[in-house]
Amino acid sequence: MTGRYHAPFSQQGSHAIDADIANRLLRIALEQGGDYADLFFEYSVSGSYAYDEQILKSARRAVSMGLGVRVMKGDATGYAYCEELSFDAMKRAAQTAAQIAAGGQPHSPVGVTLRDLPDRYPVAEESIDVEGAAKKAILERADRAARAADARVIRVDASFAEGVREILVANSLGHMARDRQPMMRFGVRVIAQDGNNRQSGSSGGGGRVGLEYFDDKTPEWHAEQAVKQALIMLDAREAPAGEMDVVLGPGDSGILLHEAVGHGLEADFNRKKTSNYSDRIGQEVASELCTVVDDATLPGSRGSINVDDEGLRPTRSVLIEAGVLRGYMQDRHSADFFNTTPDGHGRRESFRSHPMPRMTNTMLLAGEDDPEDIIRSVSRGVYAKKFGGGQVDISNGDFVFSLTEGYLIEDGKLTAPLKGVNLIGNGPDAMRKVAMLGHDFAVSDGIWTCGKDGQSVPVGVGCPTIKIAAMTVGGTQVGAR
Amino acid sequence: MSSATQEAEELVELGLSVVERARAKGADVAEASVHSGSHLSVKVRMREPELVEEAGSRALGLRVMVGKRVASTYTSDLSEAGRRLLIEDALELAKLSEADEFAGPPDVSELSSASEWADLDTFDETVGRISADEALQRALAGERAAFEYDARITNSEGASFTRARGASALVTSGGFTGSDVGTYASIVVTPVADDEGGKKRRGYHWSASRHYAELEPSEAVGEEAARRTLAQLGAKKLPTQELPVVFDKDAARSILGLLASCVLGGSIWRKSSYLVDRVGTRVASDLVTIVDDPLLVRGPGSRAFDGEGLISRRNVVVQDGRLQTYLLDTYSARKLGLRSTGSASRSPSGGISPSTTNLTLQPGTISRDELVADTKHGLYVTGMMGFGFNAVTGDFSRGASGFLIDDGELGHPVSEVTISLNLDQLLQRIDAVADDVDHRTSIASPTFRVASMTLAGT
Repeated sequence: MTGRYHAPFSQQGSHAIDADIANRLLRIALEQGGDYADLFFEYSVSGSYAYDEQILKSARRAVSMGLGVRVMKGDATGYAYCEELSFDAMKRAAQTAAQIAAGGQPHSPVGVTLRDLPDRYPVAEESIDVEGAAKKAILERADRAARAADARVIRVDASFAEGVREILVANSLGHMARDRQPMMRFGVRVIAQDGNNRQSGSSGGGGRVGLEYFDDKTPEWHAEQAVKQALIMLDAREAPAGEMDVVLGPGDSGILLHEAVGHGLEADFNRKKTSNYSDRIGQEVASELCTVVDDATLPGSRGSINVDDEGLRPTRSVLIEAGVLRGYMQDRHSADFFNTTPDGHGRRESFRSHPMPRMTNTMLLAGEDDPEDIIRSVSRGVYAKKFGGGQVDISNGDFVFSLTEGYLIEDGKLTAPLKGVNLIGNGPDAMRKVAMLGHDFAVSDGIWTCGKDGQSVPVGVGCPTIKIAAMTVGGTQVGAR
Repeated sequence: MSSATQEAEELVELGLSVVERARAKGADVAEASVHSGSHLSVKVRMREPELVEEAGSRALGLRVMVGKRVASTYTSDLSEAGRRLLIEDALELAKLSEADEFAGPPDVSELSSASEWADLDTFDETVGRISADEALQRALAGERAAFEYDARITNSEGASFTRARGASALVTSGGFTGSDVGTYASIVVTPVADDEGGKKRRGYHWSASRHYAELEPSEAVGEEAARRTLAQLGAKKLPTQELPVVFDKDAARSILGLLASCVLGGSIWRKSSYLVDRVGTRVASDLVTIVDDPLLVRGPGSRAFDGEGLISRRNVVVQDGRLQTYLLDTYSARKLGLRSTGSASRSPSGGISPSTTNLTLQPGTISRDELVADTKHGLYVTGMMGFGFNAVTGDFSRGASGFLIDDGELGHPVSEVTISLNLDQLLQRIDAVADDVDHRTSIASPTFRVASMTLAGT
């Protein structure tokens, strides 16, 4: 073991947890009659550096550690956690969680065996172990490049966040797995001013990668992108309001998939029949151009994982194939309900929270159209390039998302940049209106975090250029041209 | 409240020892914030228990300065090894950061002490005694009331009940020592109904309080949740148009939240707010007065002292439409050449920034019903979606749902439209404010009307 940060529960740690201790705790967890239990040990270290007004203004680090114990009886879950790894504290947590099944007959867990896992994190050296000066230098380079790019740049903020999450999961089905999940995220934000007009621009990326990320995408490149966006926005005009064709650029626009269909395909909503995709497997739910997958196996992507937070192996799940709904994203509990194989979508924010079916890297696969032809086919519409974020109402599929960079399309050409654009629609409706798909599939650079029931997890998204025939664009200009 | 007092005293002891050790290791300034809490959360769905979660936790945050260099660390590992790493890391990181001439604690003369702190009655011993059984019964009663309210409630995303208690302490090498305890209980019910075209409609209602006795009865929460769910059945889009928009108090609160982010000192010196250089100018119609009051008794955001140890005070942010002040901590005050407004908030991980406490748009004199009756044609907004707000420019555009207002009455439900208008203009176009504010949330507003906004629909 090298490096400064290691879980106390790792094999050489001060509170090493082995199969024997796991088995004992699982037995306690099932003493009251629960039919399933899992243990989730987590040690998470995160660091952040904020570069602002040409100095490294603050440096932070945080350590969070504990054990979450979950016991299930039918659809009911008992959950407890502790932050101390003494056997007594862990035992108390197991006993508290066990109460959900109070009064039942003890149930014997299957003895756990450690699983082999693939390695989807191509990291030469975890950034948390790299000396701070190297990260400071990256932030300085971004700052310098942004300031040099244009005299109208009045502020630059650059930030670097890193972390490593070491987990040990053991469940009463006999699975035990250890994983060490690195993460890194870089961002630069600028404000440009021209007279009284002030606009911001930003660029960032990362994933389960090391500092070698910057060999391809240099801090200077991100700085230029951020400046370019802010300067473009200085010339932006008010966006039109009403229904029109929308073209979504490759990569980042995958956030639309994530909101419009992804959440509705998480199996818990469908088990409870509260999603508008409930009971629709085998039915046509999108244009036949659309094939949507959720793929945890992409090397280095922000949403990728070697093992899920229930100790199960994630795969590439086909959700929609040529427009037809094929399956949901399952965790262990929902897979039991649907009588299918769990596909490793059980994720949780931390040891303080119970797992739920969650997305990993959600992607709409490439089509055959030339991206230029797609834009040329639109006489009046909006081109969406960068997104600020989105939200969906699972029960009916209505979604909203906002653009941070968008353009007016007039007679097949991108013309004016637009400000304050929101796109609103309905998931299944928008997916049926997918009229053209580019051959330019791209995965968005790693910046996205998904929230559900108060739990945040990192995710990835990807897609090609997409044309959606008629979507509501929420601007301010009624009937203007 | 002896057990709570004792817990707070333990946290203070822990804070004192960490501050002392960090100083001995070379920190010129050391500030420890210590938190502990316990909670019970239960959820029921379709009349059956779905989740019972119970746990307690403790964590320690440390912020140090070496000269004018700042670093902060946080840990939930309170073992000796964990504390040692916390202190070593903080001092090592402080070597990496660069001198910031504006950084530093407030002057000792500005610090408050126990004798000045108001009793804000934020702790209720009975909250901690609510058992898992009682919590489940409360949640079940809420969900049952929703089902029994109307047969069209056919499904449910469940009902949840949570109780929580927390204690915190702040110890600084500048000489401040303070602690705080609080409790919180809440219930939320989320029924689902089937609508045309395979769509489902989900509504919710909730109640929350620092004192258990003040929590609304479960049945009332469930029935209101059912009403809200059913009201959405048959929702349709509207044609694109300009029209008056009435924000109900929940939607109005989220508009006020956007304004809040634009008056915090950090966004001002960073020039990340459209309200830079606007103190003394008109930022809203003269019907609008906005007050941030940390001294509200039993308020969700109440505190006797701020995150740097300054005494809490009531700040009038907007008076009759004119911006009176930004909300400042010591750092942003120094950056702007002003004085702190006692608005510092310290995050568990050690960062300090200004925040609102109980921010309220003051009620007007007419009732909500009178306000609606006074609107010939308009949109009544009950919910908003998405993140379409740019603080730098004030540009605002979000998804909205609610009801058409037709001839002074609420008409058919509306969904899948967006409403847009720059926030600066939106607040200046407020032409009616109702009197229905409540303090369930730390940002609170009554229903208000904006004379005209752009609605994008079909």
